[in-house]
Amino acid sequence: MICFDRVGKRYPPGGAALSELSFEVSEGQLVVVSGHSGAGKSTLLKLIAAIEKPSSGTILVGGQNIGSLSRSALPYLRRRIGIVFQDQKLLFDRNVFENVMLPLSIAGFPQRDAAQRVRAALDKVGLARREKALPIMLSGGEQQRLAIARAVVSRPSLLLADEPTAHLDRETATDVARIFSEFNHVGVTVLVATYAYELFPATQHLRLDHGRLLQ
Amino acid sequence: MRIWIAHHSDAAWHALRKLAVAPINSLLYLLAIGVTLALPAVGQMLLTNAARLTESTPPAPQISIFMASRADSKATKDVSERLRKHVGVKSHQFLSREETLSRMKGNPDLRDVIDALSSNPFPDAFVVAAADDSHLAMEKLADEFRKWPNVEHVQLDSLWVRRLDALLNLVRTSVILLGVLLGGGLVAISFSIIRMQILTHRAEIEVSQLLGATDGYIRRPFLYYGVLLGLSGGCVAWLLVGAVTLWLRTPLGELAHLYDLVFSLQTLNPRDSALLLGLSASLGWLGAMVSLQQQLGQFR
Repeated sequence: MICFDRVGKRYPPGGAALSELSFEVSEGQLVVVSGHSGAGKSTLLKLIAAIEKPSSGTILVGGQNIGSLSRSALPYLRRRIGIVFQDQKLLFDRNVFENVMLPLSIAGFPQRDAAQRVRAALDKVGLARREKALPIMLSGGEQQRLAIARAVVSRPSLLLADEPTAHLDRETATDVARIFSEFNHVGVTVLVATYAYELFPATQHLRLDHGRLLQ
Repeated sequence: MRIWIAHHSDAAWHALRKLAVAPINSLLYLLAIGVTLALPAVGQMLLTNAARLTESTPPAPQISIFMASRADSKATKDVSERLRKHVGVKSHQFLSREETLSRMKGNPDLRDVIDALSSNPFPDAFVVAAADDSHLAMEKLADEFRKWPNVEHVQLDSLWVRRLDALLNLVRTSVILLGVLLGGGLVAISFSIIRMQILTHRAEIEVSQLLGATDGYIRRPFLYYGVLLGLSGGCVAWLLVGAVTLWLRTPLGELAHLYDLVFSLQTLNPRDSALLLGLSASLGWLGAMVSLQQQLGQFR
C-alpha cells in the first residue's frame, strides 16, 4: 500500500525534516508513527498525501509514485485517501452535515447517495443527532469525530490521522482511538501520527527521531 | 457527464446564493457595473438613432451650378449641352431664375423681402447628379464646372451630410474607445470583487484542495459568479439606457419637429442589446478568470 525508499525531506534553509526513510505498509495495517515534537511525523503524513513532495527518494502510494505525480493527477490521489488533520481544518461557517458532505460534493456524488453516506458516517462517529450544529457548537472530542467522519465518508482505502487525540481527555481519546480501530477492522489501512501510541492496537509502530527511523 | 452537470449546477447555484446572501453589496456591485456599461451603451444608442436620422434624410449628392447674372440664354444652353454630353454627369435639371423667384415667393417668411426687391436677384441654375458620387469625384467635377465660362458659383450640396457623417464617425470611434476603456473598468471591478470572494473563502479553498478538489471545481463557482455579476450589471445598463431613451424622447422629438423631421428616439435594438449582455457576461468572466489565476497561484 505504502512504500518509502530512502526518502528525505528538507525545508530550505533549515535542516532535514526526514532523512533516508525506508519502510513499507501493507494493506489493512494499523500503523502508529510516534516521536517527539519535530521528529517528522506530520511531514511523513504530508508526503503520503502528496501535500509535500520528497526532496529525495521514492514514495509509492497504491503503486503510484508521489514524486512524479502531475498536478492534475493529485486531486484524484487525495480522493482515495482520508485525512484527519492536526488542526482538523473544519469549515466553521458550515454545519456538521455540510462539512462531511464536502468530499462527496468534490467527488461529484449524486445528492441522495451522498446524503445517505454522510448520515452513515455521522452515525459511525456518534454525531448523527448533531448534523445541523455548527462546528463551533461542538466539544473538542466531537470536533475530532467530525473530522474523522469527513475523512472516512468517501470510504477511502487509506486513512491518515495527525495527532487525532491531541488536546482530548483520556476517555475521549480512547473513544477516538476505538473509532480508528473499527475502521481498520473493516479493511481500511490506517496510519496515525501520535504521542499516545499506546491507545491504538497497532500492527506496526514507526518510531521517528530527528527525521530518522529508529529500529 | 452526470458529475460534470452536477458540478456546474452546484457552482451556478452557489453563485446565485452569493449574490442573494448580501443584497445591499450585490446591488452596489451591479450599480457600479451597470453605470460603467451604460455610458458606452447610451453612446451606441444615440449613434444608432443618429444614423437612422441621416438615412431618413437622403444625402443624394448633388452639385448646384449658378450662372453669372450677365449670362444670356445662349450661354445657359451651352452649359446645358455640355452637361448633357459630360460622361461624369448622370442627370441634370435646369432651374430658371424666374422659377427660383416664384419658389421663393411661395415661402411666406421670404415673400415680403422678395416683393421689396426691384429686380429678380436669382441666377439661372443647374442641379447636377454625378455618375460617381464619391466625394473626390464630386470635388473634381465641381472644380471642372467652376472653370466653365459664365459659371459664377458651384456648390456641393451634400457637404453638410458628409460633415455629419464625419462627425458620426468621430463619435463612433469615441464610443468604441469609451467602450474599451470602460470594458477594462468592468474587468477591474470583477477582478476586485472575485479577489475579495477568494480571500473570504480561503479556508474553504485550501480544505477543498486537500480533499481532492480539482482546479476546475474550485474555479467554477467564482467564474459563474463573475459571469452572473457581468450579466446582471449588463441588465442594469440596459435598463438605464431604456430610462435615458424615455427621458430624452420627448425633447428630442420636439427639436426634430422644429426641423420638419419626424423622429422618435429608440432604445437599443435586439442586436445591440444581445451584444451588451454578451459582452458584459464575457468581461465579468474575464475579470474572474484573471483574479483566479493570480490568487489561486498563491494557495498552491
